[in-house]
Amino acid sequence: MGIDPVTLIVALITVSTPVLLAAIGELVVEKTGVLNLGVEGMMITGAVMGFVVAVNTGSPTLGFLAGMASGMALSLIFGVLTQMLLSNQVATGLALTLFGLGLSALLGVGYPGSTPPPVSDPFPAAMAEIPVIGPILFGHSLIIYLSVLLVAAVWYVLGYTKVGLIIRAVGENHDAAHALGYKVIRIRLMAIMFGGACAGLGGAFLSVVRVQNWVDGMTAGAGWIALALVVFASWKPWRALLGAYLFGGVTALQLRLQAAGINIPVEILAMSPYVITIIVLVIMSSDKSRTALNAPAALGKVFHATG
Amino acid sequence: MKTLTKIMAVSALSLGLAAPALAQDDPTQVGFIYVGSIGDLGWTYEHDRARLAVEEHFGDAVETSYVENVPEGADAERVLTQMALSGADLIFTTSFGYMDPTNAVAERFPNVRFEHATGYRRDHPNVSTYSARFYEGRAVMGHIAGHMTESNIVGYIASFPIPEVIRGINSAFIHAREVNPDVEFRIVWAYTWFDPAVEADAAQALIDQGADVIMQHTDSTAPMTVLAEAGAIGFGQASDMYQFAPAPRVSAIIDDWAPYYIARTQAVMDGTWESTDTWDGIGPGMVGIGEMTDAIPEEVRASAQAMVEAIAAGDYHPFTGPLNRQDGSAWLAEGEVADDGTLAGMNFYVEGITGDVPN
Repeated sequence: MGIDPVTLIVALITVSTPVLLAAIGELVVEKTGVLNLGVEGMMITGAVMGFVVAVNTGSPTLGFLAGMASGMALSLIFGVLTQMLLSNQVATGLALTLFGLGLSALLGVGYPGSTPPPVSDPFPAAMAEIPVIGPILFGHSLIIYLSVLLVAAVWYVLGYTKVGLIIRAVGENHDAAHALGYKVIRIRLMAIMFGGACAGLGGAFLSVVRVQNWVDGMTAGAGWIALALVVFASWKPWRALLGAYLFGGVTALQLRLQAAGINIPVEILAMSPYVITIIVLVIMSSDKSRTALNAPAALGKVFHATG
Repeated sequence: MKTLTKIMAVSALSLGLAAPALAQDDPTQVGFIYVGSIGDLGWTYEHDRARLAVEEHFGDAVETSYVENVPEGADAERVLTQMALSGADLIFTTSFGYMDPTNAVAERFPNVRFEHATGYRRDHPNVSTYSARFYEGRAVMGHIAGHMTESNIVGYIASFPIPEVIRGINSAFIHAREVNPDVEFRIVWAYTWFDPAVEADAAQALIDQGADVIMQHTDSTAPMTVLAEAGAIGFGQASDMYQFAPAPRVSAIIDDWAPYYIARTQAVMDGTWESTDTWDGIGPGMVGIGEMTDAIPEEVRASAQAMVEAIAAGDYHPFTGPLNRQDGSAWLAEGEVADDGTLAGMNFYVEGITGDVPN
């Protein structure tokens, strides 16, 4: 009646990856001082475009690229509106989510029930059959490895390179960065597009790999969880990975506890990731100095170059 | 711009007012609201096939409309009101959770007929309820599952703890146990009718717990994809799901609503429509059994087919005693058959199922 930890870990990695991809993209966006609440909209657009292209071309790779491109295109709308036309970031982001949900429903008409092409795994099947570490380390599709590499890359770039320093400078004090001669708007636009591509890829992974189906509204709030994860992780890439796996772990665990016939109130487990997020938000906001340490100082503020 | 809006509003209003007056000559308007998408290849797909059958049967005499992905609750009431206002004569509300909205809207539109699927409330004379005896199909699937499982663990993806779902679990379990005394059911409550991600995760969780046969009471084909990868088997739910045959889909419970929808539309046209409660099964054809594939051994196919025929002929009732409740207390005596009232409100497991029905 026990729960096999190996299959639990395999499942939680798959469940977490769409959220992780979206979160790591949003993390970079927020590091440049921009708050894009349109993650859900970009994810679902990525999910539908990824699915449509994968089904029509028979190539999952093209599907993933299409998912990234469509997420990026959507984020560019947000970028132009907020960075060039100086619209309110919160309102624009929310509008982007609503737009994405509607657009995806329109684009996906006729596609529910189609079968996407199978995604081949990068490692030979024999390696995935090694006990314990095989399924955990070698049994996944390429995007999952990519997501972890992406976390490492973001961690390295933000912390140890000049590009990271510039990104952080723009996010902490855009006026100072501007005075130093950095193109604040251009840097933010690039970050926004990176965030869009990540969210779109997360969506495409969801529809092409995890569910292998397209359904209206299938992201079901994953974009919002990604946004919460960024705060949960206090803008640190590895913590975002931890948070995403924790969230996926609870989701996968509660289904397994039920399947194992263990008597626990499933509602409590199902809501626990959200409760944890709220608690973290409360703790962080209770102490201004601690928040100030981590949150980009210019987050959500409109930048207008004067002089 | 303002003037334009005004003109549009006025013309919409006058159209709305004119519609009932013209209703005599106009085609009969039949509306449908769906809980999922018509492409789910399951529950909603079959309702929509029946809608198309109505269109084909009556031709120009009937116009149908539908709204898909309508959440159960306040949104349903809004959509129903909209449908009634736009001149629908008959509206089919095709999910259990539309029960309260259907009755609420029916009160305000006494001239519109409402047909609520799988519910039991008929508060007003313009509300009918209808359902299928899915448990008859579940009995056959349980029979096959009991024979087919090698791990003796059958997984069951359940949606919500309502009588219809509990009835299905009991019916399947009784007939699996009948042919395989060692069989165990593992039940996962997904708390959704339609969420492919959750359904796929639930199927994977059950397979990881050793299940090699999986039954689902949710509407998407997502579990089938997981079963195919894992080499387990399952059954088409609500629709044939034949694209997954011969395996993992080895048979299916098919809902066939077309004859009922055609009959009820005809009744509205003839002016003979009355509030009724319909509960039909394999016999009248509301529940169909999808082709049993070669993945099932021939003798099992034969015995399952015999059961189908016995149920259809009325010779066999899937809930026939002796049967005990989960706590061991007697429910049905030897040879006794469950009455429809108990079945309609079933909120307990039969003996042998582990776990509790969630509240």
